[in-house]
Amino acid sequence: MTAPTLTQAPEAVHGALTVRTLRECLLSVLSPDQRNRFVRDTAAVAELGAAALDTRFPAAGRYYGRGPLPGWAGWSVEDGIRTGLLLRLPAQGDDLAAEAAARYRGGDAAERRGVLRALPFLPVGAAGLTLTDDALRTNDTRLISAALGPYARAHLDQYRWRQAVLKCLFTGIPLHRVAGLHERRDAELARMAEGFAAERRAAGRTVPADLWLVATQEAADVTADRAPYDA
Amino acid sequence: MRIFDPHIHMTSRTTDDYKAMHAAGVRALVEPAFWLGQPRTHPASFTDYFDSLLGWEPYRAAQFGIRHYCTIGLNPKEANDPRCLPVLDLLPRYLAKDGVVAVGEIGYDTVTDAEELAFARQLELAVEHGLPALVHTPHRDKAGGTRRSLDVVRASGIDPALVVLDHLNEITVGEVADSGCWMGFSIYPDTKMTAERMVAVLKRFGTERVLVNSAADWGHSDPLLTRATADAMLAAGFDEDDVDRVLWRNPVSFYGQSGRLDLDGYNETQAAGLFAGNSVARGGS
Repeated sequence: MTAPTLTQAPEAVHGALTVRTLRECLLSVLSPDQRNRFVRDTAAVAELGAAALDTRFPAAGRYYGRGPLPGWAGWSVEDGIRTGLLLRLPAQGDDLAAEAAARYRGGDAAERRGVLRALPFLPVGAAGLTLTDDALRTNDTRLISAALGPYARAHLDQYRWRQAVLKCLFTGIPLHRVAGLHERRDAELARMAEGFAAERRAAGRTVPADLWLVATQEAADVTADRAPYDA
Repeated sequence: MRIFDPHIHMTSRTTDDYKAMHAAGVRALVEPAFWLGQPRTHPASFTDYFDSLLGWEPYRAAQFGIRHYCTIGLNPKEANDPRCLPVLDLLPRYLAKDGVVAVGEIGYDTVTDAEELAFARQLELAVEHGLPALVHTPHRDKAGGTRRSLDVVRASGIDPALVVLDHLNEITVGEVADSGCWMGFSIYPDTKMTAERMVAVLKRFGTERVLVNSAADWGHSDPLLTRATADAMLAAGFDEDDVDRVLWRNPVSFYGQSGRLDLDGYNETQAAGLFAGNSVARGGS
């Protein structure tokens, strides 16, 4: 008799508590009509699956609003709605990752940002990295910022993560938006940031003040103690 | 002065144009999907183009303080290539997007059966999605093509108030005015319509249901001719309210029928903030 093959189910970055917090924050900013619509929309997705997203996913901003989501830095209400819709898909693992990727590929910029925001909530393991890679290749600061949240903090390898942080400096994204900046900064990133500052100074241009969040002696020192992301 | 250019192909324009347009008063525009000069031969070329109209181009416009919307459709020229026809099946996915305020450009180029099929099918899609339709009128045999376009519009059952026939001139405007459809005029340096001729048309037909655009693209064209038309209107005795109606309120009314124009949430301060902090405005580094 052969032993059953045990494969570990992919996990989400965030736990149940964070999911609940997001839901509560979202409900707190919706009108009664919007709350009812959200209940109906999520129920439809749970019952009908991906087909129910075709009209609901692109229209999230139109029906629920595009303003800021209180308590969630950088999030808009529509990001929270899209995350809520994806969370109710009756799909798991690879199927769920494939559906998130399809919504990203078929989405406009706001839908793509919504998928990126949702990634740390979805139990897809590292399967969402193709999406963060795609976003980090763009020059759209909305997508780059959204790609550098808790999902990238947990899954993006150190080489690509450093490149992404440097891209923030290049495109003017404040570094405080990068999740896990203080844990993951290292001597190599400090060296790259110093190089960037030197180029800027040589050109007589200004150096972004938050560059010093990564170009620090401390950043160089902590590397010796911790390098879990280098494969 | 605030200007809404209801038809301009920004994909073909430079950041200098965006700057000059903002300085001239342009704060919002619609970029219709059209052909790119070089014919496309694969449906995927269209989806990449549509994605750009919903992703990168609005982002680029925002850096310069301009709100960007688009129309999506299979244009008449490329509707003649059977390799491009599968695009029609991809349209519903795009017509659901927030940034899409009409179906277009559709209509005739050479007035072929293939063009008519795509035109009629896309008018159906406009009805199904509750969207306005932007109809390009042909440059050769314009009068015949415009008349036949109106026949196709009537046969489709779409509300004429949801349709604009574009690139009109002195010969074609009368019939469109009588149809209840909106009248679009493209102000060009030499060809389609000039600012002075436009003023004469406005004097004759009034300012209702009229859209004035630059239709600037990759050819000899000028994105500032909307402003030139506004100035010519003022010089000819129209008042500021007339100018605001033609160059702002009319396009807002027409595309607003989509229920997707969101100009309230967008103000000068936000636009200035984007401009200051962005990679496009700074040259990418």
